[in-house]
Amino acid sequence: MDFSALNPVALLASLMIAATPIMLAAIGELVVEKSGVLNLGVEGMMIVGAVCGFITAVETGSAWFGLLGAALGGILISSIFAFLTQVLLANQVASGLALTLFGLGVSAMIGNGYTGIKPPGFNTVNIPLLSDLPFIGPAILSHDPIVYIGILLVILVWYFLNKTKNGLVLRAVGENHDAAHALGYKVIWIRFSAILFGGMCAGLGGAYLSLVRVPQWTEGMTAGAGWIALAIVVFASWKPFRLILGAYLFGGVTIMQLNLQALGVDIGIAYLSMAPYLVTIIVLVMISSNHLRSSANAPGSLGRIFHASQ
Amino acid sequence: MKLLKSILMGGALFFGLSMSAIAADPVKVGFVYVGPINDGGWNTAHDKARLALEEALGDKVETVFVENVPEGPDSERVMTQMALSGADLIFTTSFGYMDPTLNVAAKFPNVKFEHATGYKTSDNMSSYSARFYEGRAIQGHIAGSMTKSNIIGYIASVPIPEVVRGINSAYIHAKKVNPNVEFKIIWLFTWMDPAKESDAAKTLIEQGADVILQHTDSTAPLAAMQAAGNVIGFGQASDMTEYGPSPRVSSIIDDWAPYYIERTKAVMDGTWKSQAVWHGISTGMVGIGEITDAIPEKVRAEAIALQDSIVSGAYHAFTGPLNKQDGSPWLASGETADDGTLAGMTFYVEGIKGKVPN
Amino acid sequence: MLTGNGMIRLEKRPQPSKKWTSITPFLAVLATMFVGGIMFWALGKDPIEAIRIIFWDPLFNPQFASYARPQILVKAGPLILIALGLSLGFRANIWNIGAEGQYIIGAICGAGVGLAFYPSEGWFIFPLMVIAGALGGFLWAMIPAILKIKFNTNEILVSLMLVYVAEKILVSVSLGLMRNPEGGGFPGSRNLQYYKAASNPELISGTGMHWGVLVALTLTCLTYIMLTKHTLGFQIKISGQSNKAARFSGTSPSVVTAICLGVSGALAGLAGLFEVSGPSGQISIDFNVGYGFTAIIVAFLGRLNPFGILLAGLLMALTYIGGELAQFMLGLPAAAIQAFQGMLLFFLLAGDILTNYRPKFTYKKRL
Repeated sequence: MDFSALNPVALLASLMIAATPIMLAAIGELVVEKSGVLNLGVEGMMIVGAVCGFITAVETGSAWFGLLGAALGGILISSIFAFLTQVLLANQVASGLALTLFGLGVSAMIGNGYTGIKPPGFNTVNIPLLSDLPFIGPAILSHDPIVYIGILLVILVWYFLNKTKNGLVLRAVGENHDAAHALGYKVIWIRFSAILFGGMCAGLGGAYLSLVRVPQWTEGMTAGAGWIALAIVVFASWKPFRLILGAYLFGGVTIMQLNLQALGVDIGIAYLSMAPYLVTIIVLVMISSNHLRSSANAPGSLGRIFHASQ
Repeated sequence: MKLLKSILMGGALFFGLSMSAIAADPVKVGFVYVGPINDGGWNTAHDKARLALEEALGDKVETVFVENVPEGPDSERVMTQMALSGADLIFTTSFGYMDPTLNVAAKFPNVKFEHATGYKTSDNMSSYSARFYEGRAIQGHIAGSMTKSNIIGYIASVPIPEVVRGINSAYIHAKKVNPNVEFKIIWLFTWMDPAKESDAAKTLIEQGADVILQHTDSTAPLAAMQAAGNVIGFGQASDMTEYGPSPRVSSIIDDWAPYYIERTKAVMDGTWKSQAVWHGISTGMVGIGEITDAIPEKVRAEAIALQDSIVSGAYHAFTGPLNKQDGSPWLASGETADDGTLAGMTFYVEGIKGKVPN
Repeated sequence: MLTGNGMIRLEKRPQPSKKWTSITPFLAVLATMFVGGIMFWALGKDPIEAIRIIFWDPLFNPQFASYARPQILVKAGPLILIALGLSLGFRANIWNIGAEGQYIIGAICGAGVGLAFYPSEGWFIFPLMVIAGALGGFLWAMIPAILKIKFNTNEILVSLMLVYVAEKILVSVSLGLMRNPEGGGFPGSRNLQYYKAASNPELISGTGMHWGVLVALTLTCLTYIMLTKHTLGFQIKISGQSNKAARFSGTSPSVVTAICLGVSGALAGLAGLFEVSGPSGQISIDFNVGYGFTAIIVAFLGRLNPFGILLAGLLMALTYIGGELAQFMLGLPAAAIQAFQGMLLFFLLAGDILTNYRPKFTYKKRL
């Protein structure tokens, strides 16, 4: 088999693009889960972000305003989940699933009439000298700005969670909400904000699909990306930097799969595409069998309802 | 006075009755769609035809539809409810609706059913399908003539005979004008997933393709081609002229309107009969979108000549000599493929690399 | 805020309130009708007619009811069956959210057994398929169970990941192993509806009753009895409250985990088998339509109570069927129906608070 048609520069470049929407959504979900909340509505929030971003960009003529619209859309729809689970103490798993159903429906309704339109785009970042470097330049340093915003966001989340007091509080709330409450932290308020942050990130991830990667608006266009984002958070064992790795792995398998097919390699496509999920399960087993490490990462109160009983 | 009143009322009554008789008359036509009507592809094309039917027959027809209906029991239920609501004719527009349509047709012998792209029929169930491979022949010709890298990319959807036929037809005609062409085929196992389609297009471009054919429904591949520059492609299902004159240099348009109008009229005048039809470019079911200026005059003229010869019946897109992929002979020189083989085609012709997924 | 020193304070009830358990669903439906009505009105449709078509017509409109009523059972059957199994685990704090995957694997295993016998006839074929379906779902669910017991791995995430894996397997077998050799080159298996020994037909014409619905209804009663009368029900409940308490009472958390995941997997597998051999008829790429996920919502809407689940399953099925009617009777878009269902779920879930908590009004003097 002739693999010379595989161009590593191009591979790396498309991998970064394929990874960006799931990375954005996943970093938001990571913060949500670190605060002890499991929001399974990522898919619904992404698609609402995709449509809000698209409409805003088309109406204002600016892709940057589109991002803003997507962030707001994501925040708005996640606030429904936040209100249900934090104020009304509804079950998180069921509320998240309902959010996905609702998001898919609502996005299709408000996006009606925006199909078949080309949105305004972003200019690719062109850093003098650096973008002209061989290999690294075209592969890594000449993308649209959102690719870098995504990575920056991951770094900021890492810094926030590990280096700031508020980050410590958020983790404490996720670890043991009763203890955190006893220490005087506002569990509900902290979780509420985390959920909104998650909604914003998912919204941005969705907008990356509708404004950059595709770019167009179609009903149901996220096609399961939100569920992959959930998998990545687990794969990363709730560590921001591993999340980049996870996003690149999942994105990479997609891109590799397409490339191998185009090369005519005879592979079981079904088996290749299930590989990342199996790897995720193995990673899960590895981290959970190591008690010291898992206790440092997996939020102890994940998915549990908090009510401050007097 | 009394008399006058009763006459007036009688007249009104008579008039009212005849009015309602006319008003109750329209033929009710139902449509079942597998995806949303604004997917910009397959379902949009069917819904456009529904609207064209309403426009053509006006008050004489009433149409209803349900979108996003999963294949299987949900579709069977939707069809039954439509029949119960008084539909006279129901179009079920996805392959997976075949057995459900057959079941429902057996329960409602007075309702006519039309199933798209299947192979089963009954007394009150027809099947209709389009010879999209005729359009693929023209695309293959243009692709083979235009490629400089001799690499043509093909974004394939789900491995069913229709898609395999399209690949074969395109390959045969590309090869005819350019013996050095190579096809790179990517199967996506979906009809519509813009992100994946876009990635597939980019992958093919990175691997050297400068012409890309797609059998998936979104415009995402064309957007990727536009961003890359110097790559051309074709509209699929709808014309996709918003990406013309390049990268979209032509298109295959699904035009179901003439068929829907014809069959509805047949129900109206009582001449509807069960049939299995497979229409091509000649009846307009397969439309060829305008070939743009991005294509040199000579190639355009050849493509149009090819189209004309298909329309007139002088030429069949699968004409021998043709071998199967493994080298075994399929069609002798001058022999054309029979519809039965084409309908169940699951093999590549000689020269295509790779395997049909199974 | 609600937990602070504000005006309203929430107090957890020692027991969920019976009164509110039965009132809140009605309030939720009313609230959804109101808000959904506004949405329909905004779409230019008559809200009252839309609501009537969705909730009333499938049940009572003479044109549709005789067909639609049994269809509600057919649609609700798999939802109830899966939700019953899930509810056991949810009571014990064991979160199987991968029922969709177990449903797929159950269908593949069951249909596989049936197809292996094709075309021979025999009374034993269908029962064997039922066993294979349940076993397939059971084994698929035992993967997260064993990982949880051995390595303390989070079962929510493992079971979810296995849904994706199951979906890929489904695609693979539809195209290869189980493809109908007489299927005209299309993916998908033979239609079991046309293979008598392996089919799960309507048992009494016009009732919609097939084996799956029958099993779902029977298990509703059995689960209720098990939960209220049997020690296993007690053990499940107690391990949901605290692991320590469970250990004191002699309940092994591992056993409870295995039972809860295993049973829910087996029931999801059964649901898949009944669906593939009955209403659906064949294994195909798009065989699964989300019953496994919808059943999670059904389980919660039913407050994890078997009869509640029965009602919740029927309500969900009603909105599907009524929603379809509204599409072709009124021209409402499918998306509006989806959003409407989402709203209904939000309101139903929100209603939980009144069942589990007591609002207390406290008056603070203004300074």
